[in-house]
Amino acid sequence: MLTGADYSAIGLTLKLASLTTVILLLIGTPIALWLSRTRSWLRGPVGAVVALPLVLPPTVIGFYLLLALGPNGWIGQFTQALGLGTLTFSFTGLVIGSVIYSMPFVVQPLQNAFSAIGSRPLEVAATLRAGPWDTFFSVILPLARPGFITAAILGFAHTVGEFGVVLMIGGNIPDKTRVVSVQIYDHVEALEYSQAHWLAAAMLVFSFLVLLALYSSRRTRAGWS
Amino acid sequence: MIQARFQLDHGPFSLDLDVQLPGRGVTALYGESGSGKTTCLRCIAGLDRPARGLVEVNGEVWQDSERGIFVPPHQRALGYVFQEASLFDHLSVRGNLLFGLKRVAMAQRRVDMTQATELLGIGHLLDRQPHNLSGGERQRVGIARALLTSPRLLLMDEPLAALDTRRKNEILPYLQRLHDELDIPVLYVSHSQDEVARLADHIVLLDAGRALASGPIGETLARLDLPLALGDDAGVVIQGKVAGYDTQYQLLTLTLPDSQLRMRVTHTPLADGLPLRIKVQARDVSLSLANDAQTSILNRLPVTVVSELAGDNAAHVLIRLDAAGTPLLARITRYSRDQLKLHPGQVLWAQIKAVAVLA
Repeated sequence: MLTGADYSAIGLTLKLASLTTVILLLIGTPIALWLSRTRSWLRGPVGAVVALPLVLPPTVIGFYLLLALGPNGWIGQFTQALGLGTLTFSFTGLVIGSVIYSMPFVVQPLQNAFSAIGSRPLEVAATLRAGPWDTFFSVILPLARPGFITAAILGFAHTVGEFGVVLMIGGNIPDKTRVVSVQIYDHVEALEYSQAHWLAAAMLVFSFLVLLALYSSRRTRAGWS
Repeated sequence: MIQARFQLDHGPFSLDLDVQLPGRGVTALYGESGSGKTTCLRCIAGLDRPARGLVEVNGEVWQDSERGIFVPPHQRALGYVFQEASLFDHLSVRGNLLFGLKRVAMAQRRVDMTQATELLGIGHLLDRQPHNLSGGERQRVGIARALLTSPRLLLMDEPLAALDTRRKNEILPYLQRLHDELDIPVLYVSHSQDEVARLADHIVLLDAGRALASGPIGETLARLDLPLALGDDAGVVIQGKVAGYDTQYQLLTLTLPDSQLRMRVTHTPLADGLPLRIKVQARDVSLSLANDAQTSILNRLPVTVVSELAGDNAAHVLIRLDAAGTPLLARITRYSRDQLKLHPGQVLWAQIKAVAVLA
C-alpha cells in the first residue's frame, strides 16, 4: 500500500501540476494569440523556441535551468539581489522548470484554436462595437473553449509525467521537490518493487483516464457558422 | 454626406478613390470582382487601414491620415453586413442580436428589437442556434444584428452573393423595406446589376480601383460613356409614381418623374402616389417616326434623340433618348438608324415592349 511519503509525493505532484497549468494558461494565451495573428518575422523563432521542449531531452533543459537559476546564473543573480536566495532545489524552481517544459502542450492547442477562429469573428465583433478586451472575453474565449480544455488537460498531464527536469533542478527533497515520478525512481533504486508498483499503476491509470477523457470528448465544431 | 478618399497600394492592386456620396438612401458600389469594392468598404469601416485616407460621415471624421486621426472600427457608429452572415456560433439568434444592441448607449438607440425582428421577419427564430438556420435566415439575422447598433451608416458587402436565386428573392423584399422604412444611409457593394437596379438610389461605378462614375442611378445607367451601356442588360431605372389602376385590365398607371408622361404596367393594385421603380432595358425599346396606335405595344412615349453610341457589335447602335426629362436607352440596328435618319434633336416615338417592375 501507499506510504505517507507516497501520499506526500502525490500531493506535491498535484500542487505542482495545478499551479503550472494555471500559470501556463495565463502566459500561454497571449503567446498563442500573438503566434496565431502576427505577420512578424519573429513568429518563426518564437514558435520554434516554444516547441523546443518537445524535442530536447529533459536533461538539456534541466541543465540550462540549473545554470540559469544557480548562484552564478543570471536569474540566480537576480533572485539573490532580491533577497530570495536561489531557486534551484526549491518548489518555485520546479514550477519554473515545469512551465517551460510543458509550454508547447498548452500553447499549441491554443494557437490551433485561435487560428481556426480566424479573423472574421473579431472583425464582426469590432463592427458590433466590441473593443479588443471585450472581444477577447465575449468572442475568442467562448469560441476557443475546446482549445482551452485540451490545453489545460495536456499541460496538467504532461507536468504530472515529468521526471528529468525535476531531477536536474529540483533534486529529491521530501515534501519540497519529490514528486511521484521521482518517488517511483527512489522505490526502484531501493528495490521496493511493490511500492513502486502501487505508484506506477496509479500513474498509469491516471494518465490513461485523462487521455481517454480528452480523446473521447465530443469534438465540438470549430464554433463558427 | 459621406466623403471617402483612399490611396492604397497592394502590389498589383491599387486603390485610388475620391468619392462623395449622399448621406441618405442606398448607394451601390458596383463593379467587377477585383475592382476594389470590398476593399473600399473595409477602409470605410476601418477594418483595413490605408496609409492615406479620409473618411467623413455626415460631419463625423473617422479617418484623416493627414491629421493623424484614425477611429478604430468599434468606435465608429457603423453597421457591417458581411457576405457570409458570420453569426457567432456560440450565441443563439437572440444572443447575436443583443451582442451589438447592448453595446450601444441607451440614448443612442434608434432601432429596437421589435422593429428589427419585424422588419426582417425573424421573430420566430430568436431561440434558434445559428447552425440550424438556412442561409437566407442567417443573412437576415446578420442584417438585423447590424441594424440594432443604430448605425449612422450601414455597409453591406454583397449580402446576397452567397445565396441561391430563391434565397435572394426571399431577402430582396426585406432590403427594399429597409430602404423604405429606415432613414439610415446604406453603402451596398454588388456586382449584380439586378440588385443595384432594385435597391440603389445612387451608384458608384468602380473599375480597377478607380471610380469611373458616381451619380444618381437613373442618370448614371443611361450614360453612354460608361461600360454599362455595352452590356446586354443596358437599360434605365425609372422611379415613377402610381396614378391610377384599371381593374378591368389589371393595369397600373405610372407618371414619370417631373412630367405628365404616363406608362402602364401589369400589376396588382397599389395606392395612388406610391413610388414604383421600373427598369426599361435598351433592347426592349424600339423607335418609330409616327405614333402608331395600331399596335399591341402598350407604352409609347414622345422622345427626343440625345446622342448615339456604337453598340456591342457592328450591327447595333445605342440611342440615348429624353422623355420629358427622363432618360431612356434604345438598342436598335444600325440599318434602322439609317432608315429613320436619326439625328440629335429629332423628335419621335419610343415603343416600349416590356417593363420590369422592380419595387
